Amino acid sequence: MNEPSTAVDFATRIELPKLEKSFFVGRALSSSLLTIGVWVAAILASVPLFSVLYMLIVRGGARLNLELFTELPPAGFELGGGIGNAIVGTLVMVGIATLISVPVGILAGVYLADLGPDTKVASAARFLAKTLTGLPSILAGVFIYAAVVLAMGGYSAIAGGIALAVTMLPTVVLTAEEAMKMVPQKMKDAAYGMGCTRTQVIWKIVLPTGLPGILTGVMLAVAGAAGNSAPLLFTALFSNYWLHSLREPTASLSILIYNFSGMPFDNQIELAWAASLVLVLIVLVFSILSRIIGRPKV
Amino acid sequence: MLNPFAKADTVDSISGPPSQFDYGWDRTFQFLALAGAWMILILVVFILWEIGGQALPAMRDYGLSFITSTTWDANKSQFGILPQIWGTLYSSILALLIGGFFGIAVAIFLTQDFLQPSLAAVFRTIVELLAAIPSVVYGLWGIYVVIPALRPLANWLHETLGWIPLFGTSLSGPGMMPAAIVLAIMILPTITAISQDALRLVPYKIKEAAYGMGTTHWEAILKVIVPTASAGIFGALVLGFGRALGETMALAMLIGNSNQISLSLFSPANTLASLLASSFPEAGQTEIKALMYAAMVLLAITLLVNLMGTAIMTYTSKKFEGKK
Repeated sequence: MNEPSTAVDFATRIELPKLEKSFFVGRALSSSLLTIGVWVAAILASVPLFSVLYMLIVRGGARLNLELFTELPPAGFELGGGIGNAIVGTLVMVGIATLISVPVGILAGVYLADLGPDTKVASAARFLAKTLTGLPSILAGVFIYAAVVLAMGGYSAIAGGIALAVTMLPTVVLTAEEAMKMVPQKMKDAAYGMGCTRTQVIWKIVLPTGLPGILTGVMLAVAGAAGNSAPLLFTALFSNYWLHSLREPTASLSILIYNFSGMPFDNQIELAWAASLVLVLIVLVFSILSRIIGRPKV
Repeated sequence: MLNPFAKADTVDSISGPPSQFDYGWDRTFQFLALAGAWMILILVVFILWEIGGQALPAMRDYGLSFITSTTWDANKSQFGILPQIWGTLYSSILALLIGGFFGIAVAIFLTQDFLQPSLAAVFRTIVELLAAIPSVVYGLWGIYVVIPALRPLANWLHETLGWIPLFGTSLSGPGMMPAAIVLAIMILPTITAISQDALRLVPYKIKEAAYGMGTTHWEAILKVIVPTASAGIFGALVLGFGRALGETMALAMLIGNSNQISLSLFSPANTLASLLASSFPEAGQTEIKALMYAAMVLLAITLLVNLMGTAIMTYTSKKFEGKK
């Protein structure tokens, strides 16, 4: 046997281990396939959002004019018309819901985060609040129908607002608690060291420091309530007229969309799309606000 | 020059002990906060009390046959919710299959280093925005986009594979499958968000140990990370299922509100929540009582599922506490 004369001969004779990675053999192949699969899944999962937004802009945008905001909904074969009363109704009822749920929610959050985080009341309230986030919103409507509508003797904006408040409360409580838990103990200790009462510590240290987080939760809850329709179905019902009193049936965007979506008239269906666009814009404004407020400060 | 040894009481001081008002306000505020916490407990009890109280007469009248009979006819005062219970469970399970698959896939995609952080943030925003779209808007979108898009495929499946009960009917308009698809989209953000949290809780050491033993990226994910996070992911699925059970408006618009029990994916059906939504506003006295009973059944089912989900979540977050 001849001695190898060049380095090339060596390389051909000795089996060098193959160190480069192939993506298409054995275990690596299945890994690559799964990676492709998960990409496809993620892209498929984002298709609906773009489809919804596209439809809203194309079909809803077509009717986006001043008349939409100033006119009343059309009846039957009427042409034209707008959704002015529904926009007002939605804003009023979400406002009522916010006025009720935010003070109660923040007070409960203060107790859960600061005053008695480990008490039995607090753990029960925390657990039930988490469970309440999963309460079907239609049941909030049934509950308020039984508790308020029957007692007041009729459908009203007040009942609708209270029903929305029930759906907002758990979100406000839980996010407020989280936000206030983040306040450093050192800051509170410093305040106690200067002789503050617990309430002074909460008002001067805990609430101001936790405010961005609390507002994030409030905005999220408002966004959710604005888009929520099931609780309004039989608490606020609907109305074809402008809001005159809080004690009468009240229109809302979401119920208008629900009612108009099943109608055989093109005009109403166009309005349903336009109302959807307005509703999504309202919800998005609050969602984006919540993100801006909640963004971590540098 | 100031005398550094001057007595403290000769210097004007703005500090002082809390005033009588401070004490009073302290007491009041602490009491108010406690009352706020109690409000949650009272609210839950009040919800159970009101719905239960309203449902009681119907419970006495119809008893258990309410749950096992199949006709809902207000004119004959015959009320049974078996088709609605079936429709609720069937649509939710279908939605859970679709939404669970995609939700967990997206959660893995977003947490297991497939993307640069900036791109992952974009996808995360897309998923979060899915949750921001109101239910009625999904319903409207389902009527005008999903149903027309699904109809050719559904009718082809019915013609060629019609002997399989799943494809036993054609899709004429609203039906189970479009409802389940939209429901899946609606629960996907919940499942993704909670699964992401669970996957992030897996200690980094565990992942490194798996890589150190020579696993591929996906072997580490499927054999080590996902099993470690499985309890949290299971919790996400349970909570997603709970959301699906109670979802109302989109289903009321898409499922067809037909009280029948059918295995077919394309036949119209009904759910408890959409029965409430569609019948309640126009119901008479007797029907309202029956609807309250149906609401009570829905409340019981969702409370059970959500209590389970919350309990699992609490358990898993305790399990990993301090092990990061």
